[in-house]
Amino acid sequence: MMTASRTAKVVLIGLSVVAMAACAPRRPVEGATGETGTGTNVPAYPGPGTGGIEGGGIGAGAPGSQQDFVVNVGDRIYFDLDSYSVSPEAYPRLDAQAQWLQRYPQVTVRIEGNADERGTREYNLALGARRAESIRNYLIERGVSAGRIDTISFGKERPIAQGASEEAWARNRNGHTAIVSGAN
Amino acid sequence: MRLNLFLSTVCVLGLAATTLVQAQSATQSLNGGPSQQQARQQPAQNGGPIEVEIDQGVLRPFQIAVAPFSGQNGASIAEVLSGDLRRSGFFEPINPASFIETGLTLANAPNFPQWTQIGAQAVLYGSVTPRPDGRNDVGFRLYDPYRQCQLVSYNFIATPEQWRRIAHKIADVVYQRMTGESGFFDSRIIYVAESGTELNRLSRLAIVDQDGYNPVFLTDGSEIILTPRFSSNPDEIVYMALGEDYSRIYLYNLTTGRRENLGEFDGQPLAPRYSPDGSKVAFSIIRGGNTDVYVMDLQTRRLSRLTSDPGIDTSPSFSPDGSRLVFNSDRSGTPRLYVMNADGSGQRPISRGGGSYTAPAWSPRGDLIAFTKSGGGQFGIGVMAPDGSGERMLSRSYFEEGPSWAPNGRYLMFSRQTRGGDTNLWMVDLSGRVIAQSGYQGRGSDPAWSPLLDETSANLGAGDPDACDA
Repeated sequence: MMTASRTAKVVLIGLSVVAMAACAPRRPVEGATGETGTGTNVPAYPGPGTGGIEGGGIGAGAPGSQQDFVVNVGDRIYFDLDSYSVSPEAYPRLDAQAQWLQRYPQVTVRIEGNADERGTREYNLALGARRAESIRNYLIERGVSAGRIDTISFGKERPIAQGASEEAWARNRNGHTAIVSGAN
Repeated sequence: MRLNLFLSTVCVLGLAATTLVQAQSATQSLNGGPSQQQARQQPAQNGGPIEVEIDQGVLRPFQIAVAPFSGQNGASIAEVLSGDLRRSGFFEPINPASFIETGLTLANAPNFPQWTQIGAQAVLYGSVTPRPDGRNDVGFRLYDPYRQCQLVSYNFIATPEQWRRIAHKIADVVYQRMTGESGFFDSRIIYVAESGTELNRLSRLAIVDQDGYNPVFLTDGSEIILTPRFSSNPDEIVYMALGEDYSRIYLYNLTTGRRENLGEFDGQPLAPRYSPDGSKVAFSIIRGGNTDVYVMDLQTRRLSRLTSDPGIDTSPSFSPDGSRLVFNSDRSGTPRLYVMNADGSGQRPISRGGGSYTAPAWSPRGDLIAFTKSGGGQFGIGVMAPDGSGERMLSRSYFEEGPSWAPNGRYLMFSRQTRGGDTNLWMVDLSGRVIAQSGYQGRGSDPAWSPLLDETSANLGAGDPDACDA
């Protein structure tokens, strides 16, 4: 059986916007279908046509909350194939993450590196770790203290987009900034 | 390698003591029957040795007649061992419906012309006899009906519940007698059982008999399980687990169920593999985005670092003598295979082709290294010599990875995923001609093949008056 925390994780990914992961409702996951244009609450990143994740009904979160971070800042950036360098398209979001983290200095985060399914398991874990580290270094350069940022790689084990398509793989090559503690 | 099926020299297996299954030599246990002499008909010389090009795969599988054994579960034993032999690709069991002679007993030799008439190149039959201690005595004989001599006779003593293992062990004896190579049927597969959907996948550590029977889940799915591997002791495994915010390597004893965290590391551990003697575990640690290979002595828990370049160094796998490791590294730009000494010295690339080489596994025979290679939008399983020469691909598809060697070093199991579909376990022989989904047909990945569960000290027909090699 799936544990509560794992369920919470999947619901968080599947809905893209929920309040607190710790008290996420036990609801069936509405998986991404690969359809286009339906992801109303999915940040339009890495571009249109990658949506399909249902969600909604939740307004902007209270300042300093996890919801605030996820909805108003954006908790995920995307990487090119076999690449672990932060692309210029991701700068604004990471800049916003750094600013938010400086505004709420009690918050600690865990950067989760992810890879698409087109690679072998162990190598993808190592690749995901490089992505997480790239984000960590970027945030440190923008003034977030290193001690607040932990990293982990999930390799290809935690996809957020379903299907064997370039679009799904592009979404699954990402770095996710998860709030560990300190949010309002 | 060209092997005579009917070896002129007698080959006696190692004499390691058996544990679960007690084995005795046939001449010891099958002697004394009242009709023993009848079974020892004069062997007639007829026909030359049949040869199999093992490295070239099977052009025409060997026709073997497996008669239903008499006694408890006898018919099932014959079916299970026939299935083993068929899946190996080297044998084609003849449909029992075509048998002319029935009711064979161990006391008698077969009626040879009735077997050559249906094209049987070998005839296997046996019986299950209860013993006073509650165990069964399972004896069998394998004859060459053309030369009219006995290829092997043997018996196993085990509890009635162990009839499947007995069937696998008989298949191992037959395989060894006919190919000259040790078998692989009395073994198990540890793997990651998958269920659920792509985005909500449940992964559980599981173990199953080599032929796909008796699958058992060992974890509850609360962690993501990756890359389980056996020690040289088939009771012990090592695997990686991913939790919400942690990554661990666990040592797990299959008999006791005891699980132990290898350690808390400054960094994320992954890719564990035992040394051949089971005394060490090689693995990688990711620190600051950089992945290097380490080895830990399980007795002293001393950690040694083997690589220290800025590239990704992972998937270490020991040579069978423990003196070297193969691993993959992208220090040159793309992932290639490297070999180094057990102390980390002498690191040098061995793979020569384009594409990405990952997930190497050194053969238990030492002669080959299996790997996953990607390129051109496909993934494949291949082998090369430890110096990188002789690379050849055995399989290619949309996605496959993670080869694991059969205990005899002649087959590989790996996971294959169809595009947008499920992941299953597949098996391929070294020729690439025998390729099929493994005995276990369920969803799963990351298979690892156990060593033989215990060794069989088979006296391959030597000593019997009608032995083919007498």
